[in-house]
Formats: sequence, structure tokens, C-alpha cells
Amino acid sequence: MNTSMAATVHDFILSEFLPGEDPATLGFDTELISSGILDSLATLKLVAFLEDRFGVAIAPHELTPENLDSITTIVAFLQGKGARD
Amino acid sequence: MAPQNLHDYLIASAARGPQQVAVVDPTRGTSLSFAALEQLSARLRARLRALGVGAGDRVGLCLEKSVDAVVAIFGILRVGAAYVPVDPTAPPERAAFIFGDCRVRALIIERAHAAAVTAAMTSSPAPPCLVIDRGNTGDVAIAACLDRLDEEAGAAPAGRDETVVADAPAYILYTSGSTGHPKGVVLSHANATSFVDWCSQAFAPRPEDRFSSHAPFHFDLSILDLFLPIKHGACLFLIGGAMSKNPAAMVDLLREQGLTVWYSTPSVLTLLMEHGRLTAADGASLRLILFAGEVFPVKHLRHLTQRLPQARYVNLYGPTETNVCTYYEIPLPIPEDRSQPYPIGHLCPQFEARVVDAAGQDVTAGTEGELVVRGAGVMLGYWNLPERTRDAFLTDSRGRWYRTGDIVVEEGGVYRYVGRRDRMVKRRGYRIELGEIEAALYRHDGIHEVATIAVSNEDGVEIRAFYASTSGAPLSLVELKQFSARALPLYMVPDRFVHRPALPKTSTDKIDYEALKELC
Repeated sequence: MNTSMAATVHDFILSEFLPGEDPATLGFDTELISSGILDSLATLKLVAFLEDRFGVAIAPHELTPENLDSITTIVAFLQGKGARD
Repeated sequence: MAPQNLHDYLIASAARGPQQVAVVDPTRGTSLSFAALEQLSARLRARLRALGVGAGDRVGLCLEKSVDAVVAIFGILRVGAAYVPVDPTAPPERAAFIFGDCRVRALIIERAHAAAVTAAMTSSPAPPCLVIDRGNTGDVAIAACLDRLDEEAGAAPAGRDETVVADAPAYILYTSGSTGHPKGVVLSHANATSFVDWCSQAFAPRPEDRFSSHAPFHFDLSILDLFLPIKHGACLFLIGGAMSKNPAAMVDLLREQGLTVWYSTPSVLTLLMEHGRLTAADGASLRLILFAGEVFPVKHLRHLTQRLPQARYVNLYGPTETNVCTYYEIPLPIPEDRSQPYPIGHLCPQFEARVVDAAGQDVTAGTEGELVVRGAGVMLGYWNLPERTRDAFLTDSRGRWYRTGDIVVEEGGVYRYVGRRDRMVKRRGYRIELGEIEAALYRHDGIHEVATIAVSNEDGVEIRAFYASTSGAPLSLVELKQFSARALPLYMVPDRFVHRPALPKTSTDKIDYEALKELC
């Protein structure tokens, strides 16, 4: 996994949705959507950030838990779209 | 004569235009004509009756938004029972509580949820279940389920629609309850038809209309979506599951299918603009945009009306207990300097209203007071909660009036919303009792005390939970969110958790909510 990309996503989720949280409790495999950490609006904010930060276009049908439910799956999804850090 | 019950709308439309498309599920690529919807719901009526369901019973629904759910609703109504829809994405214990509370006679449920929900039900014997298997895209799953049952148990006798009286319960919608359990609002056929028939007058639907259905079926906005287009022979497009949270996909649907009527919460309309990149071309077919469930911030509403100036915009207001009881058509264009939210507007003609003070006495026009209403739309009561039902009404020499809990001001026949009398909040259209969130969080071993408050900002309502832990140290936010998501529907999970060594108290040693608000 691209750890620098993962760290960028990790930091964004922490600062935006979990302010004050100990960074160690948000693991790369922590479930984000099914666990209630990201609600639907937060997911859209995350997607807007990913598109902007990594220069990719995310299509409506790609907004699935399979692609977005953990930092690991997000990074794999971004890399599959040719994103570069 | 106008139909006295909800399913007669379908029967009449199926007779007028049997081959017209009644309902489309764009997610699964399924659709049903009026004739097919009529025939499938008649088959389900027969199957339910064979299972022992009859007039006066309740049937639970735990289904994804799909044509199958629409068939199920009509099948249940046609056997004379009331449908009880639950959120299939909520914790299974919640669905099990609801089905147990109103003692459903049968259950129509997705295969994916059947085991978890029935295992969580404590009633014995468990009610019979019609389990819906999701097969291939394009297949109507409930038809396959009925075929399978016909093979296994033999075809059920066709029979006829049950004769239902107008005051018979048609559906029970469970809303957040301050005691920690949801409470069931029981609504009759007459309650719903009085609303649908008013919509016919107010919005003049046509068979060529194409309606959106964004609200889930356990949410009362869905009553307009389900019954108004079916009454008028128009087409309904179901927006459920992942699509309902995906603004770009909804904008694509709007454009590709040429939808003409949209009804949702303001939050969803704002999402279409901000995250769906809605353009004038995308929404060119819309003639009517209806919104309800929360205050529409004028900044966002102005933006929307500027982008889609051809549509009529109507603000609808009313709690689940009455469905819509006031309406206000937004005069266009919206002035640039306006920031005050629009009023909830004029009383619908099926209601009478008063504005009263804490003692139940009418206040003078222009003075704040609680809105109380009576008329054809007012619920039968809360399921199995006679005291809560009694407390929900103001009864005096002028009759029995439902207390909305909403503080309003009336001037010249126009009502303006001011706020709530109690601790209920509306967040993205969902009604939430803050006490229910607190009751759930108190079940967390690490929480000593907790208090939730709602904070309004430009983007809507944020829920903050202040807590003191048993250890005295802050708890993990990730763990608190995960715990909340297991105990509550996702829309009730607090946005923020704030740790305090102790919560502020009043002189009588109660949690001081006013002091907490000042901390925000």
C-alpha cells in the first residue's frame, strides 16, 4: 500500500470528522461507513477531498462501501484509478 | 365518489390505464405497469390471507426500496391490514422491537435481514415470514417469492379486497421516542386519503408526470410519493439504497428520466446542488419541487430557484401525526437580501388550527404559541400507549386538538415556525428525540453521564454529545461512534462527542442543558 497516500487520507478523516481523537485508534482497516464514523454527508465530503487532492474523478457508481469503507480500500481504489500522491 | 381507502386509487388507475408504467426501480432495472402492480398485490393479498392475516392485523415490512416493497404495501392494505415499515439498515434489535411492539401477524423481509431480525424478536411463536430473495437484476423478487410459495403450499384462493372502513389503520410509522424506544404513530386510510386528495387539488398531477420517491417508506414523506402518482396514473421512480445518498447519481436520474415532480428534505436538494453539480439542463423537466421535514436555509433555496427558475416551489409542514397540515408556495424570485426562512404558511383545508399558550388558551394573532390542530389528517393515536396518546392532545370545550409541540406565530392566516416546545430535533428531515440518543449511550459501560444537544448552523443541525466517563479519561471517538452505530440508526449517531470531567448541574442537580449550550 502507498503509505504516504494512506497517511494523507488518515489525517484528513481525523481532522475533519474525529477532531481530538488519538491518531492511533483510527487504523487503516477500521470500518468507516458501516461503523458510523462517516455518515452519508461526511462520505461525500471525503470524496470531494479525494478528487481534489489526488486529481481523480470518482463516478457515482463508485461510491460504494467496497471502495470507501476503510483507508486500505480507499487507497487501493485510488491507485486503481491511477492516482498519484 | 372518491375512494375511501388507499388501495382503491390503484384499482381505479389500473382499470383506466393498465399498461401505463406505475413504478420504476432504476437501481435494479425493474418496473411494473399498473396492471402488474394490481395483479401482484392481489396475489400477495391471497397469500397473506392464507397465512391468517386479516382485517385489523399488522404486517411488518423490512424491505429495501424496490418495486417489491410497493407490491407489499398494496397487498397488505388489500387484505385489510396495516403495514409497518422499518429501516432495513437500522440495528436489527430496533426492527425486532417494533415488530414485537405492534405484534405483527406476518413479516415480509429481505433474505439478508431475516435471520438477524427474527433472532432478535422475543415474541413467541415468531410470526410467519415471507422471505424475499434478491435474484438477478431485472427480476421482480416478490413474484418469484409468490411463485415459490404457490409451488410449496399450493395456490392461495384469489378472493377479493377486504372491505375496510375509512377509520381503519393503514400504516404505523415508528418515530424516535424520548424514553429510549421508538413509538408507533397509527394512521388511518382516511388520514392518508384526506392528504392525498388535498395534493390532487393543490398540485394537479397528470398521468404524464414522473415523480421522484426519495424518502424511505418508514418516513411519512413517502405517503405522497406512494399514493399521489398511483391515484393519477403517473409514474413513480424509486430512489433507494446507495442512490439515495449519491447526489451525482440522482442528478443523472433526474436528467435521463425527465422527472417532473421532486419531493424530499431540503438537505437532499442542497446535496444535489453542492455535490451533484445540478445544472439548469439537468433539472429542466421539473415543474414542481416540494420540500418538508426541516427548515430550508434561504441561501440554499435561493440558489436552487435561480438554477431551476421554471419550477414551482412549495414548503410543506407537518409532523408524522398529521402529515402535511400547512403549505407555503415560495414567491419567485427570492430577493437577494432575504435571509429569514419562509413561513410554514397556510392551513390545509382538511384541518382547523389554533395557537395556544402553556395553559391551552388561545393567544392573540402575532403572539408566539403552540400550534394545535384537528381534522381529517390527525392520527388515530400512538400504538399501545394510551397515556402518551392522551398527553398528545389538548381536550377542551372546543374539541380534541393534536399538540404539534411546534411553537409558531400566526398573522393574517400565515403561520411562521419559531421552534420546539420539547427536546425533539429535526436533522436532515429525520425526527430525533435527544433523550433516545442519551438512553442508548447510557448503555455504554464507560459512560457515567451523558447529555445531547442540537446546534444549528448554516449547514443544518449538528448533534453534540457531552459525556463524563467512569474512568475520568476521554473515550475513543472511533469506539463511541462504533458503539452508537450498533445501538441507533445512523441518522441518530452524534456528530461530535465532547468529554467533560463532569457535566454542569442546575440547583436541583439536573443536567444543565443551557450551560452546555453555552459551551458550544
